[in-house]
Amino acid sequence: MTSVSNSLSAAAEPQVLSPVGGEVSDFFALLKPRVMILVIFTALVGMVVSNVHIQPVVGSISLLMIAVGAGASGCLNMWWDADIDAVMTRTAKRPIPDGRIRPDEALAFGIVLSVGSVLVLGLASNWVAAGLLAFTIVFYAVVYSMWLKRATPQNIVIGGAAGALPPIIGQAVVSGTVGIESLVLFLIIFIWTPPHFWALALIKSGEYAKAGIPMMPNVAGPDSTRRQIIYYSLVLFPVGLAPVALGFGGWLYAATSFVGGLGMIAFSVHVFRNRAGEAERKAAMGMFGFSILYLFLLFSALLAEHSLGLFHPVLG
Amino acid sequence: MNQNPMNQNPTPRRLTPDEAKRQRKRSIAIAAVLFTLVTIFYVLTIAKLGPQVLNRPL
Repeated sequence: MTSVSNSLSAAAEPQVLSPVGGEVSDFFALLKPRVMILVIFTALVGMVVSNVHIQPVVGSISLLMIAVGAGASGCLNMWWDADIDAVMTRTAKRPIPDGRIRPDEALAFGIVLSVGSVLVLGLASNWVAAGLLAFTIVFYAVVYSMWLKRATPQNIVIGGAAGALPPIIGQAVVSGTVGIESLVLFLIIFIWTPPHFWALALIKSGEYAKAGIPMMPNVAGPDSTRRQIIYYSLVLFPVGLAPVALGFGGWLYAATSFVGGLGMIAFSVHVFRNRAGEAERKAAMGMFGFSILYLFLLFSALLAEHSLGLFHPVLG
Repeated sequence: MNQNPMNQNPTPRRLTPDEAKRQRKRSIAIAAVLFTLVTIFYVLTIAKLGPQVLNRPL
């Protein structure tokens, strides 16, 4: 929060500070609700692919705590990044840079939720899962937000590990351990993150430059970023099919992953070919939108196969 | 001579209607969170005990 220029710090100063503090909805916004939904979803898939029975109440409370922990790390991220959020139009209306919540309120909120979610998860399920949740929060808030984000263009590559951990926590909740299934799901999200995020970074590179964030398009250039998007999409194709080879992805998943993986490659090539004007923006936004759909469909297919009895193994 | 800084301004500013409304909503939200937490611990305890808790020598 202090490493950017003074002008950024000044921009982060809240304009209105009421003694009462922020609205309830502002505190909820600090938790990044859309990210929380994705975390619940991927953690749930991590639970169901384990094929281990869990008491539904324990499972539901554990999922809730994973979501709260993810929200807490988002809150801490917003507290730390308030200075750069203030100079980017995409984030300027967030509660802290907009002056609706004081930074100290957000910090206290984030810490309380972090500690609370880890403790309740430990009591509800087991301490392996709780430890993994604590690691995820620290990795996102400290390693990614405070260090990597402003230090290297590989920020979202390495930092993407935090977003990829929920399936591992989910499997730890039900089994008390980390298995190959959730490790593969981790790898899928990990490889998926760079092409997903860089597609957005390509069209927001001006904003990132203004904020002093060394995103890949700003450091290596847009063409290098486009090439890397293709490389990651090519690697994602076989990684996406790994659940089939390992026997926990059936026909439905195989078809979804095959078509979706080809779609990711096609969109990445489209981004590579359209490098100027409105076509560039449309291609990048198309890639960004499709990547969300891709991950959603892949995990939905696994969820359907393992919870609705639609699993028909491809091999054996 | 009173050294307590709190007593130097005996008439603090009254909250505006909007601030009072916001404070009330926050209080309700905190109460709801506390109630949820109590419910979670209660339900979790019952779930962890399981039906076997009834099947024991008294």
